[in-house]
Amino acid sequence: MRLEGKGLIDRARPVSFHFDGRRYEGFAGDTLASALLANGVRMVARSFKYHRPRGVMTAGSEEPNALVTVGRGAAQEPNLRATTVEVHEGLWAQSQNRWPTLGLDLLAVNDVFAPFLGAGFYYKTFMWPRAFWERVYEPLIRRAAGLGALSGDACEDSYERAHAHCDVLVIGAGPAGLMAARAAAEAGADVILAEEDTRLGGRLLAETEEVDGLAGVDWVDEIAAELAAMPNVRIMTRTAVTGVYDGGTYGALERLAPDIAARGHAPKGCFWRIVARRTVLAAGALERAIAFPNNDRPGVMMAGAVRAYVNRWGAAPGQSTVVFGNNDSAHRTVADLQAAGVHVAALVDARPYARCDLDVPFYPGAQVCGTGGRRGLEAVTLATTKGEDRIAADCLAVSGGWNPTVHLACHMGARPTWDAARQAFLPPADAVPGMRVAGAAAGAFSTLACLESGLNEGAAAAVDLGFRAPDMAAPSAGKATYDIFPLWQVPGRGRAWLDFQNDVTVKDVVQAATENFRSVEHMKRYTTQGMAPDQGKNSNVAALAVLAEASGQGIAETGTTTFRPPYVPVPIAAMGAGGKGKGFAPERRTTSHAESIARGAPMIEAGLWYRPSYFPQKAETHWRQSCDREVAMVRGSVGICDVSTLGKIDVQGPDAARFLDFVYTNMFSTLKVGRVRYGLMLREDGHVMDDGTCARLGESHFILTTTTAAAGQVMRHLEFVAQVLRPEWDVRIVSVTEQWAQFAVAGPQARMLLNGMLDAPIDDAGFPYMACGAVGLGGVAARLFRISFSGEHAYEIAVPARYGAALFGALVKRAEDMGGGAYGLEALNVLRIEKGFITHAEIHGRVTAYDIGMQGMMSAKKDFVGKAAATRPGLMDPERERMVGLKPVGAVKELLAGAHIFDEHAEAVSDNDQGYVTSACYSPTLGHVIGIGFLRRGPERMGERVRVVDHLRKSETVCEVTPLVAFDPEGGRLRG
Amino acid sequence: MRLGCPICGERDRREFYYQGAALPRPEGEVWAPEWDDYIHNRDNLPGATRDLWQHEQGCGAWLIVTRNTVTHEVLGVALATEAGA
Repeated sequence: MRLEGKGLIDRARPVSFHFDGRRYEGFAGDTLASALLANGVRMVARSFKYHRPRGVMTAGSEEPNALVTVGRGAAQEPNLRATTVEVHEGLWAQSQNRWPTLGLDLLAVNDVFAPFLGAGFYYKTFMWPRAFWERVYEPLIRRAAGLGALSGDACEDSYERAHAHCDVLVIGAGPAGLMAARAAAEAGADVILAEEDTRLGGRLLAETEEVDGLAGVDWVDEIAAELAAMPNVRIMTRTAVTGVYDGGTYGALERLAPDIAARGHAPKGCFWRIVARRTVLAAGALERAIAFPNNDRPGVMMAGAVRAYVNRWGAAPGQSTVVFGNNDSAHRTVADLQAAGVHVAALVDARPYARCDLDVPFYPGAQVCGTGGRRGLEAVTLATTKGEDRIAADCLAVSGGWNPTVHLACHMGARPTWDAARQAFLPPADAVPGMRVAGAAAGAFSTLACLESGLNEGAAAAVDLGFRAPDMAAPSAGKATYDIFPLWQVPGRGRAWLDFQNDVTVKDVVQAATENFRSVEHMKRYTTQGMAPDQGKNSNVAALAVLAEASGQGIAETGTTTFRPPYVPVPIAAMGAGGKGKGFAPERRTTSHAESIARGAPMIEAGLWYRPSYFPQKAETHWRQSCDREVAMVRGSVGICDVSTLGKIDVQGPDAARFLDFVYTNMFSTLKVGRVRYGLMLREDGHVMDDGTCARLGESHFILTTTTAAAGQVMRHLEFVAQVLRPEWDVRIVSVTEQWAQFAVAGPQARMLLNGMLDAPIDDAGFPYMACGAVGLGGVAARLFRISFSGEHAYEIAVPARYGAALFGALVKRAEDMGGGAYGLEALNVLRIEKGFITHAEIHGRVTAYDIGMQGMMSAKKDFVGKAAATRPGLMDPERERMVGLKPVGAVKELLAGAHIFDEHAEAVSDNDQGYVTSACYSPTLGHVIGIGFLRRGPERMGERVRVVDHLRKSETVCEVTPLVAFDPEGGRLRG
Repeated sequence: MRLGCPICGERDRREFYYQGAALPRPEGEVWAPEWDDYIHNRDNLPGATRDLWQHEQGCGAWLIVTRNTVTHEVLGVALATEAGA
């Protein structure tokens, strides 16, 4: 029911929206909850477990009941709190957890069986048979329980993420937060004021308080305007601070206003990381319920929420209201309702000593002990000193006291402390470095106390940072005292709810204590209290009070469960904003990328790089046809391959040579200028890190290559050695991977091809195998390396990256004229397997130099990283799995990398495992399948037949153990 | 978490690579028990730790970070070239 003339809604802007398919009218400024209440809709949801009818209970993000799904199709968003969904034109909302409709929900039958469905029901019931756990029970339970659902379709909505920095972050913009922000800003600090609501003001929007002689709302407008005018203040509304992390880092979720979100391509929101030097937590307090029988009917609401709906939204939750409480909040509610012209049927104050100066039927020392009604509240039963009374009412406003919102103060692991006078947990002191707590969050429960506390803490935060204390005084305001009489539960017939969102009752918590789940953490997990999306915001304290009583401990001794981020649910899409599609990972492209695409090459990921798999020619319909042709081309004439993705690291300095001696197992100080050497690097634990080539360009100038995969790791390692292990050496290291484009020119005609392009031709004497040097290429200074990853007479030529595309095109064209052409990663792989050259398929982190047959490369003449560890007996044990070649010799001519090796007649079980296959391919050069694998005592088993089994892909073959190098073992082709 | 790089200033921990305990490397080419202590053995006690980090997404400097694992307080950040492992 809408109250004329009340509220902060914009009556000039009516909006229509849909709930469960029905059209309703609301106003700009309404939430879905306030608009539904104004339209007389009380039942908005079904509960999680028992499918009980539920209505709006609160007016904030702590709402446990009114969860709805907003939007349609792929973009539908489940489990949004109707109390925070802004009503806007076209809003489409639906209730959840009901079938077929909210009014007629067949699973409401659960409520009938409730006596059997208490805490531990699932644990005790679905034990046998074991085979039913996953196939029968779990799907059954999952279908019956739960909240809203995602559409299952990819959602086009996007989020953003952003970073912000400030001197002082103020969390919450109620009276305390506003004063804190004003004081810190006045002192000169850069301030961010984050408020999860759509507008500033906090409880002042919901109450009829006066501040500084003005209506609270008008005072808010005044100070908000002042803050907005200050250049050092940033006001972030619709922004909930969700988590506190080390170093003054805060997570925050900002939702966009519906009118902005409706614009094309606008994100739904933004996930902020805010870094603050100081923080003032002014998050306020949350009102708590009282557990009396059947306290969950639609119409039973928090008293503070009833005031908020009347005062802020001009919506009366009922025609006739009973107010029940154990503190003055109840009296204030009666006064506000009466002032708004809403009938109050009774004021029930649990405090026996309470007095009342309002004109209302008053029941001091009484309690509500039951409610009646079918789909909503119809009557309230009171237990008074004289007996039971039944009063007709469609709304029951309840206040069990206030819980300071201490969550963020406890995110770093601290526990709040129990304050008996206020019957509340207060934030621990110094729980978060740099954070001060102000206002109701710190237990200041009057408006004046909030204003003063905000002013003090805001000013102190600024002074901490060296700003001068601002010359300000707190405005005048009400300073009512907070008087509370502890009351957590009212005994009686029927279930009394504690956790409305997860359907946990007093009986469940008592049962947990009876079954010895007496620790609050055990009770939580046994009953699921506090584990729903609301994380028990309005149930935790009452639940642990009930547990305390049931287990005979005090509340302080019982303690709270751990507070963890996020304070409000954060969509994964918001945290991972930007991580979809192309945003998932950067793409690194070589200079030949466009040409490769133009030639129809399918690109394959190699780390972050994209490399061509193969270059299909006309009539080739299968990758193997292209690959086989490219291999034959390299072996027969000449091929061109972009190898720029290999890491290139420039090492210079007087100590460059001894530095390389220390990072490689083999010697580099003896390498002559103009020569290249293959090198092997170990980790300090003696296992192989990487391999590559290292060229000496000058006396104190080297350039080394790494594998594509390990480029980053090797760079980090070299910096580690230079800065941490050998800081006294004069050596400088820089990655030049992206500065140079580098192409392999491989095949018998490689030199002929190059000599057609180089400014000065080369010959074998001047440029022998493993030579390197500067060359000119049409006037461009290039580097030439006579190295080979194919086993052929081959070179790699490097030019500054800006010439890469042109050079690749020219090389490929020339190669094609000579009967060759470009080759891709597939052919590159076949060529190297034929030669027994390793990649990270082999040096996968668990192999030693001994395992790959390179123990001879471990120099005895010098120290190197990994030397001591690599010579441990266990790392040189002949029994180890050591690298060999493999060749299928049985009926099945197939070999799969990943398959395991067994003795020929042994059962293929893990106890008999002898090794595994790391690389395999069809060799067009040899005309059969070949592979590389690791086999126990491998090199001693040449010619032996082994059984190779891939259990996953159901492949089995018999192989012969062969020498690693399957083609041209003498290496004559390299030197041609 | 934030670390104050002596070269770049205070930065988010995402810019840093974490290596592990900052320990002096035993010299010598022969395996000895001190190598186990260097490579593998860690007491993992709560409290102050001295770890190696690299400002990999920044200046590339290797850093010695002293940090309290109980309070998460960063007690100091120094260049490894100056502080030594």
